[in-house]
Amino acid sequence: MLETIIFELEMAAPQIVLGLVNGAFYALLSLGLAVIFGMLNVINFTHGAQFMMGAFVAWMLLHYLGIGYWWALILSPLIVGVVGVIIEKTMISRLYKLDHLYGLLLTFGCALVIEGVFRNNFGVSGLPYAVPPELRGGFDLGFMFLPGYRAWVVLVAIITCLVTWYVIEKTKIGSYLRAATERPQLVQAFGINVPRMMTLTYGAGVALAAFAGVLAAPIYSVRPDMGASFIIIVFAVVVIGGMGSILGSVVTGFALGFLEGMTRVFWPEASATVVFFIMAIVLLTRPAGLFGRA
Amino acid sequence: MADESITSGAIRTDQDTAGFWGFTKPQAVAFLVMVAFVVVSPFFLYPVFLMKILCFALFVCAFNLLIGYVGLLSFGHAAYFGMGAYVTGYAAKAWGLPPEFAIPLGGLVGAALGLPFGWLAIRRAGIYFAMITLALAQMVYFFSLQAPFTGGEDGIQAIPRGTLFGVFSLTPDMSMYWVTAIVFLAGFLLIHRIVHSPFGQVLKAIRDNEPRATSLGYRVEDYKLMAFVLSAGLAGIAGGTKALVFNIATLTDVHWTMSGEVVLMSLVGGLGTVFGPVVGAAVIITMQNYLAEFGAWVLVIQGVIFIACVLAFRRGVVGEIGNALRVKL
Repeated sequence: MLETIIFELEMAAPQIVLGLVNGAFYALLSLGLAVIFGMLNVINFTHGAQFMMGAFVAWMLLHYLGIGYWWALILSPLIVGVVGVIIEKTMISRLYKLDHLYGLLLTFGCALVIEGVFRNNFGVSGLPYAVPPELRGGFDLGFMFLPGYRAWVVLVAIITCLVTWYVIEKTKIGSYLRAATERPQLVQAFGINVPRMMTLTYGAGVALAAFAGVLAAPIYSVRPDMGASFIIIVFAVVVIGGMGSILGSVVTGFALGFLEGMTRVFWPEASATVVFFIMAIVLLTRPAGLFGRA
Repeated sequence: MADESITSGAIRTDQDTAGFWGFTKPQAVAFLVMVAFVVVSPFFLYPVFLMKILCFALFVCAFNLLIGYVGLLSFGHAAYFGMGAYVTGYAAKAWGLPPEFAIPLGGLVGAALGLPFGWLAIRRAGIYFAMITLALAQMVYFFSLQAPFTGGEDGIQAIPRGTLFGVFSLTPDMSMYWVTAIVFLAGFLLIHRIVHSPFGQVLKAIRDNEPRATSLGYRVEDYKLMAFVLSAGLAGIAGGTKALVFNIATLTDVHWTMSGEVVLMSLVGGLGTVFGPVVGAAVIITMQNYLAEFGAWVLVIQGVIFIACVLAFRRGVVGEIGNALRVKL
């Protein structure tokens, strides 16, 4: 009996770790989506493309300029964030007075453009990005071998999520942000530049996606369609969690990654669709999402 | 509340629908022009190209039934289109079902899929509705990737067009063209009929003021679901017809880019207009045809058109023409 449990654990553990790594990306991406949606009321369909851009910028920094992983972790989000600011300033900001669905359509168009441009320049096959030497190797936990880079990704994702939560919930800038989310006109009347806050919020959310992209580069191969497949699952995650709370989207992201990993152990064929099934169940029981406000 | 609704270009005057078959005079003229074009064009243009336009025009009309008359933006209509294509293709190839049964079967499967998906999705509105339909469609994509009958990455190939009523072989392109044309026109008129029925009036009431419709005693959910199922079924018929025209049903038909394409066609033609779906399908298919050799640039150009439409051209081609002529088309 005990031996079978240990055997099951040995089989399951790597999949669960992989699930947690996926969960880390779900959490980071849905967090960015929630921050942007809270402030701009726009569902950022470009999020997946910006995640992909983050990975590609890291790859380009390494191959064209010889700038390694650690600098890319800072530079790539900055570069992609600036592109995001330009997108917000030139396009999204014109749509705030219209139906919110136009924001979805516009950012979908942006995603197509970005993905198409990268496909033209890099093809559809993946480009390899090496794990930085400091994070190679791993830990032997007895029942499994834990690759160092995966542990790093989960750790950094948790820290990033907590920092984002802290900034939004506990700092002065965060309080302005939350106030502007509730009553933009009133906050503007107090002399706070709300349009600029919106631009910066979008830039920050996009930078978060690009940061996730850099983290993802050594795990998944760097390819133009890496974001699109992620973003649809993240949309389901967002529907499940509801966009009401920051911590809610983080918890939902990790939990769903974990569940996906478990499914891969027991019923591999269903692992690609399990998140969507859970979305269906949540819609039946709590249409507003687990952490959402109706 | 947003100042400009996504369906603000939609038909809102219904007092003058007494004319020809419920069409206003300008619409009747436009309809006759369209029918004339459908009849005459195969003698001048490549029939397979025209059939592709007709299949997609029906697909966009089905999509437009939801966005234009109920105000629901589905981002997952590829699921019903693609499943219709798979089922019609499989029935025609594996069971040797003739087209008069294979195409309606595709429609039935589309509607049957639309029933649970619609039932789930109408619990939320707006952006969430779009995200839910997209996620559910992605589930269908993964299912199609793994299910044995879809042929995985290869799809179902060499689907026979079959013999209509046991008499007319559809292998020649012109015979297939007339069947496609009839399916399209029947679908177009059916949607027109639905929109102008008492049922359609309630749909428009829900679009314009949902709480009001609820307070008047209408079961809003039932109406939305019915419209969703009808739309999914018509999308399935469009997909099934497409499978017979091209003898192929593949993962492309269920991919999210297909869902995006139908939104794009609808947007280019004009959201919520009667003839916009047809014009939008014609414009985008023609463009794809000319740009096919440029590979991934098609994606970039489609994205640019999306952006341009949303920023500067929200009424679409037909909406702009209608606005210039001061008529509803």
